[in-house]
Amino acid sequence: MNGAEVWIVILALGAGTYLIRFSFLGLIGSRRLPEFVLRLLRYTPVALFPGIIAPLVLSPAATDGQFDPARGLAALFTLGVALVTRNMLAAIAAGAVSLYTFLWLLG
Amino acid sequence: MGATTAKSAFGQGVLLGLPFILVIVPFGALFGVVATEAGLDLWATMGFSALVIAGAAQFTALSLMGEDAATWLVIVTALAVNLRMAMYSAALVPHLGAAPLWQRACAAYLLVDQTFAAASATYDQRPEMDLRAKLALFFGIATPIVPLWYVSSLAGALLGASIPEAWALDFALPLTFIAMLGPMLRTLAHVGAALVSIVLSLAFAGLPAGVGLLLAGGAAMVTGALVETWSERRT
Repeated sequence: MNGAEVWIVILALGAGTYLIRFSFLGLIGSRRLPEFVLRLLRYTPVALFPGIIAPLVLSPAATDGQFDPARGLAALFTLGVALVTRNMLAAIAAGAVSLYTFLWLLG
Repeated sequence: MGATTAKSAFGQGVLLGLPFILVIVPFGALFGVVATEAGLDLWATMGFSALVIAGAAQFTALSLMGEDAATWLVIVTALAVNLRMAMYSAALVPHLGAAPLWQRACAAYLLVDQTFAAASATYDQRPEMDLRAKLALFFGIATPIVPLWYVSSLAGALLGASIPEAWALDFALPLTFIAMLGPMLRTLAHVGAALVSIVLSLAFAGLPAGVGLLLAGGAAMVTGALVETWSERRT
């Protein structure tokens, strides 16, 4: 992606995100959304993140798309810590430590 | 207790916002580092953090740009990650809806996960607050959070330029997403949505970059909503 395209993404994403934030507060007011729409909105991050994660973990670009046991184990360990602690930063820290440990042990 | 003045509400807001520094600073710095590693220059990295101010969507855009997905797909997918903020916006209408337009416009810019969580919890606990106090509280909460998001992204971007490849920072992106995902998997509906997203994104791996994710995400959203409806009927 070249510099101009990156800025198109930044400006469109910035404007779009602002409109989402401004939507009800600024434009729509207190009209209620249908219950099913609210439900769909609730699941957007949890519906998208695993689909982003799975290909990155199973075929990392750094190993030319070949599955890498060290990266795979670090991903599993990070998920475990995230599920148990429910703490994003603890999981990121555990993920970094486990990645370097597994890379050192298996690499 | 007498009526809360706007000034003291602002101070209380700042105090409520302070603990989030512990989340904002490392997360913002990580974005700066990963964005720099992905090849964004300092201005583009700061453009993201100042105009988008939404970590999850910023990381989503980075990930899709790394796969050379079409520009419109990067935008649509990252915006989908931010759709939850429409719920935040709707939830604040009963509290801030009567404020002048320019104040609502400023509040909208500062409406992030942390400011929403702290403000809405306080509004619920203290229904006696008037409009001025509620606004002052909201701006108070944002005061330690949003500027530090810029500063930590900047620090990360400056740092990222000097980190050697041996650090395997390529994998910071998926690990960050896993760390964001874990705490979200609270119910059967969330787990069901996540599983559908994994299976379909892998099944659609042959489609042009980003298309499979959008299809998988759409199906996973519907799955989550349907499982939630179904589990409510059972109870």
